[in-house]
Amino acid sequence: MTHARLNRRALLGAASAGIGLAFAGRVASQSRGPANKLVVVIARGAMDGLSVTAPYADPNYVPLRGGLAVPPPGQTDGALALGEGFGLHPALAGLHGLHGRNQLRFAPAVALPVRVRSHFEAQDLLENGGESLQRLDDGWLNRALIAAGGTRLRGLAIGAQTPLILRGEAPVSGWTPGGRVRSSDRIAALLQDLYVDDPMLGQNLARGLATESLVAMDGESETVRRNDVQALGRATAKLMTGPEGADIVAVSLDGWDTHAGQRAQLQTRLTGLDQLVSGLEGGLAEQWAQTVVVVATEFGRTARVNGTQGTDHGTGSSLLLAGGAVKAGGLIGDWPTLADNRLFEGRDLAPTLDIRSVFKGVLRDHFGLDRAALDARVFPDSGAEAPALSGLV
Amino acid sequence: MAASSTDAAVAVTRLGLGARPGEIGRVAHDPRGWALSQIRPEGAPQPADVLPTTDQRMSAFLAYQALTRQGDGADAEAAREARQSARRAITEETAEAFLVRARHGATTDKGFAERWALFWANALTVSAVKFDSGAFVDPYEREAIRPNVFGRFEDLVVAAEQHPAMLLYLDQARSTGPGSPAGTRRRIGLNENLAREMLELHTVGADAGYTQADVTELARALTGWSIPRPQDAPGEPPFIFRANVHEPGARTVMGKTYPATRRASNRTQGETILRDLARHPATARRLSHRIAGHFVADDPPVALVQRLEAAWTRSDGDLAQVARALIEAPETWSPQPAKIKTPYEFLISAQRALDAPPERIAPLRQTLTLLGQPPFAPPSPEGWPDTAEDWAGPDALVKRLNWARSAAQAARLPDPALAARDALGERLTERTRLAVSRAESRPEALTLLLMSPEFQRR
Repeated sequence: MTHARLNRRALLGAASAGIGLAFAGRVASQSRGPANKLVVVIARGAMDGLSVTAPYADPNYVPLRGGLAVPPPGQTDGALALGEGFGLHPALAGLHGLHGRNQLRFAPAVALPVRVRSHFEAQDLLENGGESLQRLDDGWLNRALIAAGGTRLRGLAIGAQTPLILRGEAPVSGWTPGGRVRSSDRIAALLQDLYVDDPMLGQNLARGLATESLVAMDGESETVRRNDVQALGRATAKLMTGPEGADIVAVSLDGWDTHAGQRAQLQTRLTGLDQLVSGLEGGLAEQWAQTVVVVATEFGRTARVNGTQGTDHGTGSSLLLAGGAVKAGGLIGDWPTLADNRLFEGRDLAPTLDIRSVFKGVLRDHFGLDRAALDARVFPDSGAEAPALSGLV
Repeated sequence: MAASSTDAAVAVTRLGLGARPGEIGRVAHDPRGWALSQIRPEGAPQPADVLPTTDQRMSAFLAYQALTRQGDGADAEAAREARQSARRAITEETAEAFLVRARHGATTDKGFAERWALFWANALTVSAVKFDSGAFVDPYEREAIRPNVFGRFEDLVVAAEQHPAMLLYLDQARSTGPGSPAGTRRRIGLNENLAREMLELHTVGADAGYTQADVTELARALTGWSIPRPQDAPGEPPFIFRANVHEPGARTVMGKTYPATRRASNRTQGETILRDLARHPATARRLSHRIAGHFVADDPPVALVQRLEAAWTRSDGDLAQVARALIEAPETWSPQPAKIKTPYEFLISAQRALDAPPERIAPLRQTLTLLGQPPFAPPSPEGWPDTAEDWAGPDALVKRLNWARSAAQAARLPDPALAARDALGERLTERTRLAVSRAESRPEALTLLLMSPEFQRR
């Protein structure tokens, strides 16, 4: 997939333009505005929307899905009722609790503007927010940071690598559990001297150390064990609170490509997703009221079960919006139904909503980004095809 | 072009896995010859230790699977324990094999052949994120990849796709033709995973113009590619063609129609299609770009990509010729370090520079996991990425610095200034040389060396 490897020079260019270390652009007296928070969870590998927000009342659901269909509410391992004939997967009990408090909504059939069934191309499109891979070499969350003024909002990637969605001109930090070096250490200063001619290394190391210090400042340093997604959620929340806290965070959850033995795999993945959100909620405490968590995936999976109790690459999938800032309301977008003549290419859930409309609605109403910036820069040329949705937050 | 001492440093650090003490001096008389001499018809060298073969691992895997099928009632607990211990035994054996491979990397004097083999293992990724494929990931590398990396690409790709590691990783082993004898009896069917990645990632690439219909047709053609089951007679080969799950009939893929697999033929319909895909011009173009992008620059020089593609096309995919073209291309020898090392390359090159090969798997695994590259476990069939943005992010650099400090603490090299010259030769910059010489302690000096831009890059 070399052709999809985007031009990486942009970052180097931005770095050498002298943006400065870490968050040096921000002045202490600068108003932080409303401390609204956004967490974008990317479920990589194509999350099966038909299991996440199960359309149990659709007459074609069980015939298509067979043993993979989530049973209706009330039955053993049954869905957790959301109303309108949908139910959450039983592993999502925490999210269902949020639904009871009007802090969870979902879009049952979203998709990218482009029909591709390659994970890698589709993830690149989901993250860069464009309609073709040739056009953009940065991510829409990073462009949102720029549109918000460059240094007003802080971006943070949870993970050893900065995902495309957060790459670009605006400085962002990254964090995973397990660091030891502090920015006050002598070695950090010596390395900055060594990186004078290599600004990418210099700035990234400075940002990484600044984030480490942020975690360390908090006395009760929590050890995050591998696979403890809830603790990861709490630690992430810690990096989002306080005056230095991140405002826009991207987290990746892997392992959704369930071609075979889907039931058991989804049970594990969705339990992890549920714990991550509950860790965020607990860690953010009162900040949760100003938080939106978006759970999105690159595409959905085939409407029919395949030959190995799994599903193959499809088109439409679900998107979840959780958080105290989410406005009460019903389905986001329409339900296309699973009727034979409604399936996309006779095999996939047909999308009824451009996923960018949701992202744009959240950015506009949560961070006050204006329409011109959203239509032209954050999601280029999206004005006509994907207008920002109202009433989400 | 006359050999220079800069060329020697470039050869060992860019084309190889980094310099061991004295190595740059040893190759200085003929840096290109050093790399060219590693192109051998028998492939890339194997790690010296005796390790399990695919057949041996298959026996262990089938025994484990047989355990999975037993045990209810009073014996359930015992059966569960037996299953877990069989599983653990396989996982530990795989981990030890990774350590052996890392030690080989940290000590070999044929660094180019090793890098070339690792490149192809990654281009045709199999991952241990699934236990089943993880059970075969190390013999896959030794038997499907290493022997074929200087042969014809189509033979390499056939060996890779038909290895149990790949058949299990991409769910091919159980894919069943709906119109096959087995498919018409039971409610089982196609799985498109291998077919899709074969097109997208292993051969022509996503922009080659194929459609969903081509993916499905290829998936039908591949039905029957499978592995032994616990109930089969022992001694079955690890790759089996099961005619009773193969979808009958002719198939059309990318505009070409392939007749049905004939019973007497020793080449299946799927293999015939795969060989055509391997020889497709789009495959040559895509992989030439990937090679140049891996060895030379994230955004590789067009001229280099064209040279590789020309060598590929001229030789009908002879990887020895492609490797030769890479070594002989002037773009390969630009002195400026461009590529950020992957975590594995960084670790191995540091261990070579410090003359301290890894001793135990546990710390090696822990470090690589923290740095974002857990052993044998790339996150997706696309394999490990290898651009600066993938590996030199803020968190990654903090983790590299943490590890570099402990490695520098443990190092037993008396003279850091000499270590720096040994590791980087003419690529050592004046700035780093000064920083190393002015450091307040040996560990600090060695940390600066390992974290210097010219050591982080290659």
